[in-house]
Amino acid sequence: MAISKDHLLWMYETMYKIRCYEDKMAEAYAEGKSPVFNIGAGPVPGEMHLATGQEPAAAGMCVHLKKEDTVTAPHRPHHHAIAKGVDLNRMTAEIFGKATGLGKGKGGHMHLFDPDVKFSCGGIVGAGIPHALGAALAAKKKGTDWVAVAFIGEGAANQGAFHESLNMAALWKLPFIVVIENNQYGISVPKTASTAVPSNDVRAAAYGIKGYYVKDNDPIDMYNVSKEAVERARTGQGPSIIEIETYRYLGHFQGDPEVYRDKNEVTLLRQKDPIIRLRNYLLNECGVTEETIAQLENKATFEVDQAYAFARESDYPKPEEALEDVFV
Amino acid sequence: MQQTKQRLLTGNKALAEAIRLEMERDPNVFVMGEDVGVYGGIFGATEGLFQKFGPERVIDTPISETAFIGAAIGAAAEGMRPIVELMFVDFFGVCMDQIYNHMAKIPYMSGGRVKLPMVLMTAVGGGYSDAAQHSQTLYATFAHLPGMKVVAPSTPYDLKGMMISAIRDDNPVVFMFHKTLQGLGWMDQLDASVGHVPEEAYTVPLGKANIVREGTDITIVGIQMSVHQALEAAKRLEQQGIQAEVIDLRSLVPLDKETIIQSVKKTHRLLVVDEDYLSYGMTAEIAAIAAEHCLYDLEAPVKRIAVPDVPIPYSRPLEQFVLPNADKIFREAIQLVNE
Ligand SMILES: Cc1ncc(C[n+]2csc(CCOP(=O)(O)OP(=O)(O)O)c2C)c(N)n1
Repeated sequence: MAISKDHLLWMYETMYKIRCYEDKMAEAYAEGKSPVFNIGAGPVPGEMHLATGQEPAAAGMCVHLKKEDTVTAPHRPHHHAIAKGVDLNRMTAEIFGKATGLGKGKGGHMHLFDPDVKFSCGGIVGAGIPHALGAALAAKKKGTDWVAVAFIGEGAANQGAFHESLNMAALWKLPFIVVIENNQYGISVPKTASTAVPSNDVRAAAYGIKGYYVKDNDPIDMYNVSKEAVERARTGQGPSIIEIETYRYLGHFQGDPEVYRDKNEVTLLRQKDPIIRLRNYLLNECGVTEETIAQLENKATFEVDQAYAFARESDYPKPEEALEDVFV
Repeated sequence: MQQTKQRLLTGNKALAEAIRLEMERDPNVFVMGEDVGVYGGIFGATEGLFQKFGPERVIDTPISETAFIGAAIGAAAEGMRPIVELMFVDFFGVCMDQIYNHMAKIPYMSGGRVKLPMVLMTAVGGGYSDAAQHSQTLYATFAHLPGMKVVAPSTPYDLKGMMISAIRDDNPVVFMFHKTLQGLGWMDQLDASVGHVPEEAYTVPLGKANIVREGTDITIVGIQMSVHQALEAAKRLEQQGIQAEVIDLRSLVPLDKETIIQSVKKTHRLLVVDEDYLSYGMTAEIAAIAAEHCLYDLEAPVKRIAVPDVPIPYSRPLEQFVLPNADKIFREAIQLVNE
């Protein structure tokens, strides 16, 4: 399959941007939380789930999506949000709890909503799947070629909402795709202890739909598989499941003692970093120059820096604003 | 209570100890839930149990709350005594049918012939910016639905004693622990989250309120965090010459009405504080009890402090605005006494 170079460059830039974003978030989150780690302290309080290492799933799928396509994401949502084109300034401001944030500071890191690019996420495992199902239903009813993609972790594939939604999507032949990011753990529970089948793409057979598996966090393979699934969805051939073997470099949340895994595991995973692999592929196989790469990287870094500056400079909401946006 | 030997434990360790003692005593007791094994529970309620009892009795589950809470019901009906953890109370939405239509109703619908001696353990509370889906204190939701006991201890001593009572109880018990009162290293460090806990197994009855501070001028009724906030406010009220009586409900179902009524008859003023939502909640229930049983003893209207019917916001200034605290209690109490 011939791959568009523009697409690959976009993917590289996006993955690089996501990585910068998460690295910077890890720093911002740590501020004010020492000497004793206090989850509620510092400029970014609450839980924080970062997606460092999981960039290929988001970039490889979203490169095929347009603004009108819907994406729902789980509690670990930054990479999907960035790849879907969520306003980076307002997203960051939201995570800092500022009035300029996507949800005026009411939602926070796990609850980012940007209707302008049809993105949403949430903190209840599996709950985004039926929301994407509904978006796919709406797309079909409206007679559009829009698709809806639900990103989830492999742990969420054991939730009732997953099975119920896939059955309905298959039954109604909806333009619906579930992307399962298998980073091997649901918090501390390894996949082998929570799911009886080795990979979730085989579950597609239970619904009579298409299943794909992407090995080793491979961005190119993710690109190809997603392209096919999106085309199938746009042309009325129904839903798909994509499972990608991906890597979670960090703990489940920042501050996770990670008692359940060998520290060495991450060192080995980092040696196969997907961003470095894509970079090498661009340089060696696609005739892209170091200079072009550097330009993309600078652009991404600049955007991320801007977003953090915007967030930090923004004001907090006034306390009484807690009573707005709901009828009291 | 006169304590000679003090042994200080955090809330989470008190809970885990209660479960350990009951697991040693009764082979039918087992624990099930997400990350209860090696991790020891996200809020530490099962710390050390996996190492002691292994994966057969401390079972990590998939993220399938309907199935594993439903399975606890099935196992309890077979005579086991499962303790099942729903990680955050906020997640009840995905499995509520099993809880309120089955766990709570089967004993009744079976004419008492099916007993469900199970404990559904879950974390409540906010204050650390975890936002609307992870910060709720949903006492009333469960207390409103008949058929399950709903308990919410506020001290390590009570956490242990009430957990042992809950495990031994033949009824389904919803056991709510407050995250901040677990005494975890990564939460706000509160003195209240550490306390004396005897080594041996002991029980604290489910359904008996505790007068944690005696007073004559106003009754402040609270539960879990709000008890500690009320105690702090009471100290400051004392400096103003006001003696507040503080009642720790400890249990919402059964509810110890008598203690509340007696106290109101003594102080003639009532302030109810709750970290749950205001409307249709615990504060309304207590106010109604006062109206029904001791209206003529009241010298001022009943006052309530609770979350003002908005989802818990993320941003710190917004969240702090909606949550109860000692300041709000102090101000409200002063006003009430001066009415
Ligand atoms: C219904 C529900 N149950 C439990 C949780 C707590 N929880 C949050 S994330 C998580 C693990 C999710 O694992 P997975 O779906 O594999 O995603 P990952 O965190 O690995 O990205 C759990 C158990 C929740 N948020 N919602």
